[in-house]
Amino acid sequence: MEKLRRAMMFVPGNNPGMLQNAGIYKADTVIFDVEDSVLISEKDAARQLVHNVIKTVKYPCEVAVRINHITTPYGKEDLAVILPAKPDLIRLPKAETAEEIKIIDEIISEAEEKNGFAHGSIKMMAAIETAKGLMKAYEICSASPRMVALALGAEDFLADLKTTRSSHGSELFGARSQIILAARAAGVQAIDTVFTNVNDEEAFIAETTRIKEMGFDGKSVINPRQIKMLYKIFAPTEKEIDLAERVLAAYEEAKAKNSGVIALNGKMIDVPVVTRAERVIGYARALGLRKGGSTND
Amino acid sequence: MINKAGRDIPLVIPGFKEVKLYNGAFGTVPTGRVVGPKITVNKPRSEKIVKSIDQAIEATGLKSGMTISFHHHFRNGDYVLNMVVEAIARKGIKDITLAASSLTSTHDAIIPFIEQGVITAIETSGGRGKLGELFTSGKYLKKPVLIRSHGGRARAIESGELAIDVAFIGAPACDTYGNINGIEGKSACGSMGYAMCDATYADQVVAITDHLVPHPLFPISIPQTNVDYIVEVDAIGDPKGIASGALRISRDPKELIIAEYAASVIEYSGYFKNDYSLQLGSGGASLAAAQFIKEKMIEQGIVGSFGVGGITAPFIDMLEQGLFKTLFDVQDFDIPSIDSLRNNPNHLEMSASYYANPHNRGPIVNKLDVVILSATEVDVDFNVNVITNSNGVIMGASGGHCDTAAGAGLSIVVAPLLRGRLPMVLDRVHTIVTPGETVDVIVTERGVAVNPNRKDVLENLKEANIPLMSIEELQHIAYNLTGKPEAIPVTDDIVGVVEYRDGTILDVIRKPV
Repeated sequence: MEKLRRAMMFVPGNNPGMLQNAGIYKADTVIFDVEDSVLISEKDAARQLVHNVIKTVKYPCEVAVRINHITTPYGKEDLAVILPAKPDLIRLPKAETAEEIKIIDEIISEAEEKNGFAHGSIKMMAAIETAKGLMKAYEICSASPRMVALALGAEDFLADLKTTRSSHGSELFGARSQIILAARAAGVQAIDTVFTNVNDEEAFIAETTRIKEMGFDGKSVINPRQIKMLYKIFAPTEKEIDLAERVLAAYEEAKAKNSGVIALNGKMIDVPVVTRAERVIGYARALGLRKGGSTND
Repeated sequence: MINKAGRDIPLVIPGFKEVKLYNGAFGTVPTGRVVGPKITVNKPRSEKIVKSIDQAIEATGLKSGMTISFHHHFRNGDYVLNMVVEAIARKGIKDITLAASSLTSTHDAIIPFIEQGVITAIETSGGRGKLGELFTSGKYLKKPVLIRSHGGRARAIESGELAIDVAFIGAPACDTYGNINGIEGKSACGSMGYAMCDATYADQVVAITDHLVPHPLFPISIPQTNVDYIVEVDAIGDPKGIASGALRISRDPKELIIAEYAASVIEYSGYFKNDYSLQLGSGGASLAAAQFIKEKMIEQGIVGSFGVGGITAPFIDMLEQGLFKTLFDVQDFDIPSIDSLRNNPNHLEMSASYYANPHNRGPIVNKLDVVILSATEVDVDFNVNVITNSNGVIMGASGGHCDTAAGAGLSIVVAPLLRGRLPMVLDRVHTIVTPGETVDVIVTERGVAVNPNRKDVLENLKEANIPLMSIEELQHIAYNLTGKPEAIPVTDDIVGVVEYRDGTILDVIRKPV
């Protein structure tokens, strides 16, 4: 079953208290940030801190690090310091070309070999934050087998687009649609941008409902309080869970019997139906609605 | 001698006639009789009103060596205690025992009078800030500060262990013959619960008010039959310090996680059903838990019988929505609670004895199903410390902690597992305020531990979607992140004595090195 990435929570990489507690909020992924939330004068300290915290603290979720862009003076050093701690995932901001992904892929491969990690064990994702990047979205997600997700970074993107964020979100509609399409075409997950006004819960719920309908797998969050609301929106209904269980049972039964055609209540079950059912059960387990543990275990 | 909580208590403590060792939460059987105040007479048409606090002190005949008492309903806004102590000092009276139901940082103003020997002994619920530091220093006071719970103080007053010569009562509204309530006037504080015991048992009672009204005042919380003298002053307190606006639900994500787990513990504990009763602390996680509990009560159509406290706005909200039938109120923390006591007939004022005295015929805590309490630190034996900090300095108050833990069917202690770099689940708490045998569940942001003597609760909680673990596992998580803290080095000097609610000695506080 696919790894769930409903809530990917940013944590400033220079804040020991937040880093220490990052694992308690049930985010599917924590993203330790050494990019925008860290001042240039603190980059080196944040890198060291993130390295040490990954090595020391046992997190109950996926651990990602958002590095500085590989073309800045900090990106390569970020990788050099952080990769030996073995994060699960590296998030590249402001991705614009497949080349960048390939460069990072190579650096990760070298680090994996040098540190004795299994090849391919460190995954990658990228965030689209410019119009140029959006035009290359599919190439970016297909540039490395390490790529597991494509995210939207709206703040920089809208500045590039020469517009601002609205309550209805129409300014992001095009980008979101393209990111979903590119991600799906490349077989990776699609992650929506952060919602920065943490006190406007109503607008957060509206936006999250919208992006879930569009097909996004999850959303970047900046405050733990957003996680519970987000999971509620991504939670399947009891009816959906029941159906999914029956679909999977019929599928298993057919597999056991080596039967080619699978049907449930007279309807044919094909691969997309099974995939959807697996996804529903994944969400249900992650929320404790069904036994079996989440796919993050 | 080692007491039943495993603490080494010296058999002789300076200033204490007798050292009775803690012998288990219900191990001590009381003997003797309830004491009473001196019999007195008030002739018809005599005048109770005196012109000043100084005159009232003279009228009571207060002398060096006596014991005076105060109540802490004005919290950080209290003017009364400081005014009276200052007046006593002016008169050259010394060697006074101060028995305040609690002390707050506003009472730092009496420090010079402790240094000058005006006050030489203190019996209270705790101490904060500079006063707490002074207690811990062991300087000036003739005997260790005696820490009592709210229920324990009521018991000590009724048994005569705490004999009050003069009680000074800050009266938000007082009539010309001494009837008092706390719900009227500019310094309204709500319930007068702690003062009720003082007024009933003190040899003499002085009401100090900034809202003197014609006789008779109604409703009456403390009756004219208990009051000897009345003084009118400009202000008895600062309303801003007495009560806050409606307390906001915490937005601290860590507190919210703890609150959610605590609410789940209640939901699955086996106690969550119609007519259950609940007490909430006033700490952030406890108040946040109220919000989650309220949602669960509405969802499941559960109506509780009564709430107890320390009353705060979230409780008022639940009372008004019909989620609880009644509130029993010993103290109010915010304006909505004071308004409710004034206006809602289902919101009942109670005395500290009715609340929590273990040696009467039944305090309300004995009927309590669930209580949520906070903690400074806990240990693997489930003991709780709320009084000394990580340097061994007094910085908190016992309050009703051990009373409600002992009385409630299910006592839940909420605390962060880590505060900064410090673990909060230790091998041994520095000071025991609530013995582990009365604590059922400890809830932290990283896990929930059930006292092994509550297998029933543990079994029920397996259904809840919460991270259940043993207290040792919880400690292991904390120590893995922080390392094992070293014990606080202390001297042999005893600066504080923690009395259990039944009058036995639960622990002593030794002066840190």
